[in-house]
Amino acid sequence: MAFSSGFFSPGTWRLSLRMLGRDWRAGELRVLLIAVVIAVACVTSVGFFTDRIQQALNHQGGELLGADLRVVAGHPLPARVRDIAVNYGLRSAETRSFRSMVQAGDSEDALGQSRLAEIKAVSLGYPLRGALKVAPTRFVKGHVTQDLPKPGEVWVGPQLLQQLESNVGDSLQLGYLLLRITAVLTYEPDRSGDMFSIAPRLLINLDDLPASGLIQEGSQVHYRYLVAGEPGAIAGYRQALTPHLQRGENIEGAEDARPEVRFAMQRAQQFLGLAAVVAVMLACVAIAMAARRYAQRHLDTCAMLRCFGASQRRINHIFLLQLLALSLIAGPLGIVGGFLAQEGLVMLLGQLVIAELPAPSWTPVWVGLLVAMGGVLGFALPPVLQLRDVPALRVLRRVAVQSAITRRLQPATILAYCIGFIMLVLLVIYQAGDVVLGGILLSGLLLASVLLWTAATVLTWGLKYFLQYFLTHFSQSKSSAWHLGLANLTRNRRASTLQVMAFGVGLMVLLLLTIVRGDLLQGWAKGMPEDAPNRFVINIQTQQVAEIRNFFAQKGMADVELFPMVRGRLTAINGASVSEQRYEDTRARGLAAREFNLSWADRLQVGNTIVQGYWWGDGSRTTNRFPYEFSVEEGIARTLGLALGDQLTYEIAGESFTATVTSLRSVHWDNFRANFFMLTPPGVLEAYPASYITSFFLPAEKNGTLDELVNAFPNLTVIDLTAIMDQVKLIIERVSMAVEFVFLFTLAAGLLVMSAAIQSTLDVRLHENAVLRALGARRRRLWQSLAVEFFSLGALAGLLAAFFASVLGFVIADQVLNMEYLLNPWLWMLGLLGGGVGVGLAGIIGTRQVVNSPPLAVLRKL
Amino acid sequence: MKDSVNQPILLVEGLGKTVANHANHKQVLAEDALVILHDIDLCIQRGDSVAIVGPSGSGKSTLLGLIAGLDVPTCGTIHLDGKNILQLNEDERAALRGEKIGFVFQSFQLLPSFTALENVMLPLELQENNTTYAQARQQAEELLARVGLSEREHHYPGQLSGGEQQRVAIARAFVSKPSLLFADEPTGNLDTHTGQQVIDFMFELNREQGTTLVLVTHDHVLANRCARVLELQDGQFCSTAKTAKVEQG
Repeated sequence: MAFSSGFFSPGTWRLSLRMLGRDWRAGELRVLLIAVVIAVACVTSVGFFTDRIQQALNHQGGELLGADLRVVAGHPLPARVRDIAVNYGLRSAETRSFRSMVQAGDSEDALGQSRLAEIKAVSLGYPLRGALKVAPTRFVKGHVTQDLPKPGEVWVGPQLLQQLESNVGDSLQLGYLLLRITAVLTYEPDRSGDMFSIAPRLLINLDDLPASGLIQEGSQVHYRYLVAGEPGAIAGYRQALTPHLQRGENIEGAEDARPEVRFAMQRAQQFLGLAAVVAVMLACVAIAMAARRYAQRHLDTCAMLRCFGASQRRINHIFLLQLLALSLIAGPLGIVGGFLAQEGLVMLLGQLVIAELPAPSWTPVWVGLLVAMGGVLGFALPPVLQLRDVPALRVLRRVAVQSAITRRLQPATILAYCIGFIMLVLLVIYQAGDVVLGGILLSGLLLASVLLWTAATVLTWGLKYFLQYFLTHFSQSKSSAWHLGLANLTRNRRASTLQVMAFGVGLMVLLLLTIVRGDLLQGWAKGMPEDAPNRFVINIQTQQVAEIRNFFAQKGMADVELFPMVRGRLTAINGASVSEQRYEDTRARGLAAREFNLSWADRLQVGNTIVQGYWWGDGSRTTNRFPYEFSVEEGIARTLGLALGDQLTYEIAGESFTATVTSLRSVHWDNFRANFFMLTPPGVLEAYPASYITSFFLPAEKNGTLDELVNAFPNLTVIDLTAIMDQVKLIIERVSMAVEFVFLFTLAAGLLVMSAAIQSTLDVRLHENAVLRALGARRRRLWQSLAVEFFSLGALAGLLAAFFASVLGFVIADQVLNMEYLLNPWLWMLGLLGGGVGVGLAGIIGTRQVVNSPPLAVLRKL
Repeated sequence: MKDSVNQPILLVEGLGKTVANHANHKQVLAEDALVILHDIDLCIQRGDSVAIVGPSGSGKSTLLGLIAGLDVPTCGTIHLDGKNILQLNEDERAALRGEKIGFVFQSFQLLPSFTALENVMLPLELQENNTTYAQARQQAEELLARVGLSEREHHYPGQLSGGEQQRVAIARAFVSKPSLLFADEPTGNLDTHTGQQVIDFMFELNREQGTTLVLVTHDHVLANRCARVLELQDGQFCSTAKTAKVEQG
């Protein structure tokens, strides 16, 4: 095999790979390789996770619906929905779902615990796609079944079974029905994850539903009509049905199944993805720093190669090949790491979204490889490419040519930098899922980087001058450890600033997600009165109002207020009909489509304040200018663009009802009282069918009262806010942990930046310390100077982190939670000490060879 | 072909090197310039052995760098094997070095991550000719055996003594059968006895291969082993008896 000089010549490859192998063995490439692995692992872990959800949505769309297509509405579906399906020869099934109380026990005399459950009543044929899984008892893995609960039977989710302290074979009361538990329901294809459901599942036969007496006026029920069949027939059905759809009726196909999951997925991808980008950016900084040192250490080699006749092109090829090989080793390693790490994300978040996730596609693998290539070519290649300019003369005279290679930038180097930059831009856009959003986020990232850089620079600069001033003016000791440590810190100010920034970001996120999050939740909970309502009771029928008032009076809860609710749909504003398309805002679209709960009251409730117009109970009002009036909550007025004097038309029980907006109210929603968007004066809506709602505070020891209430009125639904709050807390915790998890990569990347920075100064440090020790400096003093340097570095990062975490905490408290944010001194203490000690120890460990190497050996080597 | 045999392997005329002696390198004024070499003429025939001696700072290493094509002079011409190397670009000069020149340095300049054998193979691997890997390996092994280091083929430079490292460097210098060998203080980092051994090897190989040797050294004993000694002082040659004798010959 002959040698030749081209890129593909075996000689170049052999030389290049030999050098790569030897450099790896000598530890020259470790930081570079780990940085690439971290960048890739971070991106792919998030990538694999979101991809699996995406796969579930894309390829199991049908299964996620339990059908090929389903028609969803908040009211009973009209007959034509079925008729058209029959015409197209489609298979069909129906489900109804709602929330209700269930009570354990065999008979009315021996009823036990009552719990809120999400009930799903299904007809024969359900599910049309996918399959249910059931188990004979709890703690047993479910198996696929084609059966359904027969009339009189019920299948219960394991969680509910535990809450009711029941077993298969026991009975439970649902409304007026007594049902026997015949299986544990472990999996439903069309069930949302925990994030979207507030109570465990219970499955019954649709034929049993009427007898339960649970579907009444005002009940919130989701009606679903499921169809399956040939794609052509499905498309035909969709096309034929669409023009007949009424407001509030929607078609969901496999491709647009589960919008809530899609939304959550998009957010997860954006948020976790951007967290990953931060880690990638830091890893790229580490790559660039490590590559710079790598290039510095290869100056002699290159001079040698040039001296023996290697052309500049050959030098470029040798190093380009090395870096390509490195990225091909690091890329797959990172991808494997990312795949393992995504299991963590699935554990934390996956089950919140979709119960069983399919295997991921290959997309994250390609993205990972591109990140590896981009990171290496964009950030490691530029300094290495400069090696071609090493003058051969260096073999004779070293000093004169030391700086020559760093001055001029070759076109290839500029191109390489461009590759790196483009890789980052594409990555941000990929994670954001949209060019415009990607652009905004990129600008945000750049702005945040500039801000952090400035803050880190000011801090590093400030520390040096503060300590210098302090030592000169106040310190009695002539401690050279401080001077040495600080000199090291400021020797390479750019690297120090970078490290402060890198650790600052990681620590900030940790502080934000632990201390600040805790403070905010605690502050919010504290802001609520102790007797804030913790139970809602809904579905109270008009004829039950007197009896229920009586019940509460007997229990010493006479002050429990019952509020009427009439369901109506907004059909026109000032005579112009309302449709979803009229609004751009998604919230407004939702509000325009769904039914409202209208209520009436003669006086303003606690937490309500009139902000515009007047209240009908107000004494200043003398004449009744409008026959019917509305008091509208200001937030919804803003969303729907309503103003005083607007005439709103509602369709209530098939009739039109029009009233004029005479006041706008601000409502303190988080007091957990029953509040309404739309209120009328008494004597206006009483003629329409209504249900009642109440909220009250129930101390824990009186929990039995509720079992009695449900026992006496089985149609009522009691919602336990404490349980919901616990679930919300759990979700927040899991999401925070997932974000922290991704930011662990950021911290790891930060450590790498530090490691690269230490490496870049290692030779100088070794030399200096060897000279100092030869001159009689004790090891203790050298240790102290290292401690001063790295503790200061970490403390600065901690300070930066605490500052930005406080600012963010304040913004969230002020803008999102509308509460006062009290500065937590622990945040600063923890940032300062945690950062100082953590980074201090890592730094000392990283530089231990500086103190431990015998001075003679070092001096000889250098 | 005959012409090329008769012409000197190295012909230097009016060679000068001046560097800026000013903090601001962009503005070099005549009075700020530091003259390192001034009006050097040199003619070296094939198979000749020439020692360049002189005190520190006399410009020996600069001269070596220039005539080996490692640096560019301020004025003058250098013909190496009939080619004006100043008309070549950096890559062409590198190719010429790879083909015609061997180097031995004071600080050995072995690649620390390559074994002795790999270091010796390196010049052949860098050549753009038809040498195969197996041939390169065989030649390198033969030369290592020639300098008595067969047993140390797979050792890294860090595992070799100074003398052994310099012997590896000599093997490397001769492996590509250069027409011209430049040695810069080859014994500078070695004790007298080891230095002597190394030099013996160098002269032996020089004789065997008929290489032209240009040696820069402080060591007059070593210099006197060369056919011709040129003394450099303040950037200019001053003739010695031995120089005169060789020049007459």
